[in-house]
Amino acid sequence: YLSNTSTLSTKMAKSFPEEVLEHVFSFITSDSDRNAVSLVCKSWYEIERWCRKRVFVGNCYAVSPRILTRRFPEVRSVEIKGKPHFADFNLVPEGWGGCVYPWISAMAGAYPWLEEIRLKRMVVSDEALELISTSFCNFKVLVLSSCEGFSTDGLASIAANCRELRVLDLRESEVDDLSGHWLSHFPDTWTSLVSLNIACLGSEVSFSALERLVARSPNLRTLRLNRAVSLEKLHNLLCRAPQLVEFGTGAYSSELRPDVFSNLAGAFSGCKQLKGLSGFWDVVPAYLPAIYLTCSGLTSLNLSYATIQSPDLVKLVSQCHNLQRLWVLDYIEDIGLDALAASCKHLQELRVFPSDPYVVDPNVSLTERGLVAVSEGCPKLQSVLYFCRQMSNAALVAIARNRPNLVCFRLCIIEPRAPDYLTLEPLDAGFGAIVEHCKELRRLSLSGLLTDRVFEYIGTRGRKLEMLSIAFAGESDLGLHHVLSGCESLRKLEIRDCPFGDKALLANAAKLETMRSLWMSSCSVSFGACKLLGQKLPRLNVEVIDERGSPDSRPESCPVEKLYIYRTVAGPRVDMPPFVWTIDEDAALRV
Amino acid sequence: MEQDFVGMATEVSSYSNEAELELGLGLSLGGGLVKAKGSPWGEYGKIMTAKDFPSGFCGTKRAADYGGGGPPDVGYSAPPGVSQVVGWPPLRTYRMNSLANQAKVLNDEEEKRVGGNDECNGALKENMDNGSNKNDTTVKDNGQLGFVKVNIDGMPIGRKVDLNAHACYKTLARTLEEMFCRPSTTINSNCSGGQEKGKGTQPSKLLDGSSEFVLTYEDKEGDWMLVGDVPWGMFLSTVKRLRIMKTSEANGLAPSFRERNDRHKNKPI
Repeated sequence: YLSNTSTLSTKMAKSFPEEVLEHVFSFITSDSDRNAVSLVCKSWYEIERWCRKRVFVGNCYAVSPRILTRRFPEVRSVEIKGKPHFADFNLVPEGWGGCVYPWISAMAGAYPWLEEIRLKRMVVSDEALELISTSFCNFKVLVLSSCEGFSTDGLASIAANCRELRVLDLRESEVDDLSGHWLSHFPDTWTSLVSLNIACLGSEVSFSALERLVARSPNLRTLRLNRAVSLEKLHNLLCRAPQLVEFGTGAYSSELRPDVFSNLAGAFSGCKQLKGLSGFWDVVPAYLPAIYLTCSGLTSLNLSYATIQSPDLVKLVSQCHNLQRLWVLDYIEDIGLDALAASCKHLQELRVFPSDPYVVDPNVSLTERGLVAVSEGCPKLQSVLYFCRQMSNAALVAIARNRPNLVCFRLCIIEPRAPDYLTLEPLDAGFGAIVEHCKELRRLSLSGLLTDRVFEYIGTRGRKLEMLSIAFAGESDLGLHHVLSGCESLRKLEIRDCPFGDKALLANAAKLETMRSLWMSSCSVSFGACKLLGQKLPRLNVEVIDERGSPDSRPESCPVEKLYIYRTVAGPRVDMPPFVWTIDEDAALRV
Repeated sequence: MEQDFVGMATEVSSYSNEAELELGLGLSLGGGLVKAKGSPWGEYGKIMTAKDFPSGFCGTKRAADYGGGGPPDVGYSAPPGVSQVVGWPPLRTYRMNSLANQAKVLNDEEEKRVGGNDECNGALKENMDNGSNKNDTTVKDNGQLGFVKVNIDGMPIGRKVDLNAHACYKTLARTLEEMFCRPSTTINSNCSGGQEKGKGTQPSKLLDGSSEFVLTYEDKEGDWMLVGDVPWGMFLSTVKRLRIMKTSEANGLAPSFRERNDRHKNKPI
């Protein structure tokens, strides 16, 4: 196909002027399509690279800033991801890497017209933020998702210098909160704000500064406040921004006062465009009715910090007939999920988080039944994240049969290696049914008692599976072998505490070059195997993360603590901390 | 855990003696693995805990023994909760801290949740009493109170510890000792895994001054203080990060060790 296209397009390339092709390419926005276009022929490669405006770097070490800026000179929007996903759960030691400064520095020189930077799990220093704020005169969008390393001083630079800023979104980042004063650095002349998310900040920002900011931002669509903003003052903001589409409250508690309530209810009812609500820390249930009038318009509701009980949740949720996304604590219980299944027929995504994850005995009556009910009642359900304490194969099979349209299924049974609570068998059959029926499944997280058999099902039937998370599962290398020798679409594999060792990894070494990354911690992969992989596959970085000192100080057969393997065109990285080692082609240990 | 050893034995033939390794009662200080003779780890000439085991299984493996799937011949009962395993259940720090801050105010099952140690009850009650006040101040001062950074002199690598998982200094200090291993063990036997709350009866060396290290913290004002001087609740509201300092460097930071020793020794076990 490609060669035919190539011949044809070479002819076409000679007959179409570049400008026409460039214009055509401007309609091609998906990264994979753009990549395909660039492979057609040399002139298409050249045209494409000059007009690519948006770049996504899934692993900041897969490519270098220099390679990026040299190939794509006209980029306006960049998205970069740093640490592996398990960093969210403290499995990646501090100081591992993912520092964004070299990227900002390179782009400061190469992309003076850069407008958007989106970062995930990267270390962002105040210096980096300051550099951003002074290097890009047209800078519009800054999204820092699960990032860390910066303080409110860095935010002050952004506020003070980015005259064209539209989006400042700090979702779930870890910010060194020195004071709330940074917000006041936004000049009074700045009126272009569209989206502000400061939910992760601890300290109080000046409310009057916030009020003035909201009042002079007619394009404001998304406002997510932090916990420190009190409930009594909320109406002041809402009244000044009736055009809001997404709103996140602060602490949702106050003394019970009728004037506060009526102000709040009035303000909410004035926001006719409201589609999403979040926040809801410290909820006082008596104030919930203030949002009832917004419920019928809501498509997204994040109550995952709301420690309210099932009856209040049911009252709320049963009014949200257009709800597409619900994040909630397990206080909702099975009974609440029944109500959800009955009321919210447009539900696409459900996440149920545990209210008390560290006790073995359940503190709420949330079981597999709730999830089965939602799978039955919500025909559009495609994405699930569910924490619970018991599961059965029967339930999983039911869910699979009810919802073959599932795209993302992440189940966390809190107790590691918990079997089917009815039969005491492994949950192989249940998860097997999921991958068998849900043919569009792209993301899967396993839990509970699982043998190698489940991996056979996944390997053969998980054809579209792109991301797989495994913990405390499997019996032998065969399990890992099933996954690596199957799963044609696999991009990211993360494994912890499984008895997988060298054999499967070495036998399927070539597979690793077709994936973005592999993470294995507390498994049985020996240092010798890591060396072998590093030698044989120069286009992979094989990183050994071990806080016990150099792997050379132990026998080669000794398993490594953590292993992170990823494909790269940038070679071994140069910013490794003392507890990370890679192996170069000479099998020499590189620190 | 034993099945993991067996798995390893098939992969790595030099460790053929795993089957002889037996797990003793409990995984806490001193009570752990009894090494079979002829073990390849000959350089460790003492009874080791699972933490000292250089195979990398460490704390995270213990979860394998919890719940229904554990091997039957492991000789100890499953601990009460999953809080000892690093990163499990898979919840973001931010979420856990938020929940914890609210739970301290609302949840009167707090006692059960924090290990149920009698020795903590005194401090726990005080914590609960200060609960709502502390909540306000801590949320404002540091939205992510639970996890604070810990560094130990001599190691560039810092760790994080969840203060919300503790109700008193004792369990915190013991957890830190486990995390960084005993100063008396060899330098490279650092642990990688969990925040174990040891159930042993020994007082914490970090608190009673008998170790070469001492536990200090940086407070809101940037001053370095000795841990243990103020009530637990007050400590929580003011701590920014921790540092395990060499005793020799900690001069002038606190009242005498003996004073603090007396204060902490009278808790029932």
